[in-house]
Amino acid sequence: MNINVTLFWQMVFFAIFVWFSYKYVWAPILTAINARKATIADGLAAADKGQQAEEEGRKAAEQVVNEAKAQASEIISKAEKTGSEIVEDAKAKAVSEGNRITTAAQDEIQTEMNKARESLRGQVGELAVQGARQILGREVDAKAHSDLLDKLASKL
Amino acid sequence: MASSGTVTSGEYIQHHLTNLTFGPKPDGSWGIAQSSAEAAEMGFWAMNLDSMFWSIVLGALFIWFFSRIAKKVTEGVPGTAQGFVEMVVEFVDENVKSSFNARNEMVAPLALTIFCWIFLMNFMDLIPVDLIPHALTLFGIHFQKVVPSTDPNVTFGMSLGVFFLMIYFSIKVKGVGGFAAELTMHPFEAKNPILKVLFLPINFFLEAVGLIAKPVSHSLRLFGNMYAGEMIFILISLMFSGGAVLILAGGTLQFIWAVFHILVITLQAFIFMVLTIVYMDMAHSHH
Repeated sequence: MNINVTLFWQMVFFAIFVWFSYKYVWAPILTAINARKATIADGLAAADKGQQAEEEGRKAAEQVVNEAKAQASEIISKAEKTGSEIVEDAKAKAVSEGNRITTAAQDEIQTEMNKARESLRGQVGELAVQGARQILGREVDAKAHSDLLDKLASKL
Repeated sequence: MASSGTVTSGEYIQHHLTNLTFGPKPDGSWGIAQSSAEAAEMGFWAMNLDSMFWSIVLGALFIWFFSRIAKKVTEGVPGTAQGFVEMVVEFVDENVKSSFNARNEMVAPLALTIFCWIFLMNFMDLIPVDLIPHALTLFGIHFQKVVPSTDPNVTFGMSLGVFFLMIYFSIKVKGVGGFAAELTMHPFEAKNPILKVLFLPINFFLEAVGLIAKPVSHSLRLFGNMYAGEMIFILISLMFSGGAVLILAGGTLQFIWAVFHILVITLQAFIFMVLTIVYMDMAHSHH
């Protein structure tokens, strides 16, 4: 309870402790705290930025996908259109070809018929003369009745 | 104090309130006082060895622990010890930032030192009052006060240190004239030069009282609280010389008082620190 020289020494040690605290404690710890604060702030900012970038990327990807979808559907509809056109073309070609073949066949048939008719026409006189010769039992002069025979053949 | 049944309560209390004092004896030789009366007679050149020892050990403990952490401090993920130290540092830093408006790198370490040192010194109050003194008696040391902050030398040592810093910074920031004006031009102000001179001694008297009251109240507040708390622990421990009922009651009381004291020791350390910061702010601010 007595005030004595202890007071003086206490002040001396107080000063020493404060100086130590100033020199070796306060600055390094506060520097570390502030540095960490800055790091955390940077980290949070980076996280925010990352989130934003992710959002933007997602949007961009969505847009690309949508564009691709639109393009694909366009391609598909075009292909369908082209396909049906091809089918229509083929159909039309087939019909015309069929018609052509049919016409050609008909023409050939007509030609053949005419040919057969011509050859028949050539032979009809002879057949008729032979038939008449048999019936009459005598020679028939084909030349004498050629007019008649020609008339007959032309009727064929 | 069961070991010595012959001492009275008064002697027991007196014994606990006497420092281990080293100083000049009446015969001219230097030595350790053997009684409180002898310690009182030693005068100014005596030294309280126990207060010196415990306060320096505790202050060194604070510096050792904090500087050890500060040395290998990491900006990355802190360990438990570093987390604790950072918590204390940030707590002090917040208090300094909220109360101290000027720029001075000395104030925050000063506040940190005061808070931690006083807390540790006050903490000694929670150690049972007879534990260390009784153990030391076995080694032939008869007096021991283990709570340095119950010694006014310790509390005045700190408050006067703060006081001198206050005057130093006042003169440094405002100049000798500014500081003198602060002491003589308030609280009574006048434009008239004659009145000004007339008010000068009155102002100086009022301001001087206010100035000197600062370190006195600053240290006596801490000293009074800790001394009273220690006294109550001593009174409670007197009950342990009684019967079983008294011992049980004393144990309960000691527990309750110790729990309450956890608040008191922290609060007193905090108040001392905040007042220091406020005084430093006053020293730096212009009127």
